[in-house]
Amino acid sequence: MTSQPLSAAAPQENSLDLAAMLRDSHALEVIEALDRELIGLAPVKTRIQEIAALLVVERARAQLGITGDQPPSLHMCFTGNPGTGKTTVALRMAEILHRLGYARKGHLVSVTRDDLVGQYIGHTAPKTREVIKKAMGGVLFIDEAYYLYKPENERDYGQESIEILLQVMENNRDDLVVILAGYKDRMDTFFRSNPGMSSRIAHHIDFPDYTPQELYAIAEIMLEGMHYRLSEAARAALREYIDLRRDRAHFANARSIRNALDRARLRQAKRLFADHAASVSRDALMTIEAEDIRASRLFRGEAAGDAT
Amino acid sequence: MTTQKGTRITQGQFSFLPDLTDAQITAQIEYALKQGYAINVEYTDDPHPRNTYWEMFGMPMFDLKDPAGILMEINNCRKTFPKHYIRVTGFDSSRGWETPRMSFIVNRPPSEPGFALVRAEGAGRSIQYTISSYAAQRPEGERY
Repeated sequence: MTSQPLSAAAPQENSLDLAAMLRDSHALEVIEALDRELIGLAPVKTRIQEIAALLVVERARAQLGITGDQPPSLHMCFTGNPGTGKTTVALRMAEILHRLGYARKGHLVSVTRDDLVGQYIGHTAPKTREVIKKAMGGVLFIDEAYYLYKPENERDYGQESIEILLQVMENNRDDLVVILAGYKDRMDTFFRSNPGMSSRIAHHIDFPDYTPQELYAIAEIMLEGMHYRLSEAARAALREYIDLRRDRAHFANARSIRNALDRARLRQAKRLFADHAASVSRDALMTIEAEDIRASRLFRGEAAGDAT
Repeated sequence: MTTQKGTRITQGQFSFLPDLTDAQITAQIEYALKQGYAINVEYTDDPHPRNTYWEMFGMPMFDLKDPAGILMEINNCRKTFPKHYIRVTGFDSSRGWETPRMSFIVNRPPSEPGFALVRAEGAGRSIQYTISSYAAQRPEGERY
């Protein structure tokens, strides 16, 4: 037998390399991508890292034969204002859970009330069950979850759907992860009337609003994805636009920015035609100028509800 | 003395083997899902070989990703009809119509009395043979 340094020996029965296990799962790549591509959202990212760490530890424990009666509960609730990235994070969550070996298939089934609740007696249970069966092995994402419960109508079938969900969330923990999403205040009302639901969700994650700097960074990432760029003057205009837009009604964070950029693209296209140039350069096709952004109604000081 | 050695119904796949365990059923369904089959759970208490159409337990399941959902449905069916025959069928739609590609029994009654050979006298001295299930002589729902 050749002599080997102890550290190079095969892992002993009583110790495991946690970092190596995390590396092997390739979950780090998704978490890093999440960190890179999603601006801000510090509390969300922290929680996701905690969950990833927990799952790796859980797996290490299983390898050493330490298993509890119950797998960890990973049902989550995402609350936050519109456009704060709840759906985007849910999608990534499915991928992370899959890589960490918690969700067997790692697909995301995104539903709203209409997909779960039926229209007549006896319609709801099969409908909810069908959705649950489709989500097994992955993540069930219920958007606008507070619509499931309508307190003003006591004969509403939403309650039936909630009860089936609760049962599955308790009994099939290792088969599917349920993520509820919705606006903070409405979700609070929802949980007040369904305490069972609240207590079965281990992770309540609040998505904060973006700061103007974060919104600007998001806009740059969006533009990069669309293969556009801003001219120097347009950058200043966009910063100004963001400041103005945040104070207006119906501000939906990143979604408002996306819409603003889409409208800027429209105006850019119109401007290129109006110029009557014989040919346009590659540069001109890719650049958004300040006037494309400043043409917005916001800059004309109109108080109209949804700014264009 | 009996001429029938075993009276276990042998229909579909794996029926000459001992009953499949849940883990084995899961593995088979996993294969079916990987092939893109739609999966259906059916039950009957009239296991005549010519009884092709069993009762459907719920709708056929399309677009599933994981066998856990189907196993849940099988267990629901077992709970509702503990003494019936239950089978799982995988349907392949790649040719434009749903074709059963695989089918196997996942639940059977505790005792299976088997079939009697029935002889019917025809014209002349001809005899027509058929089989009839001992269990099916009792009304539906009281057979096993």
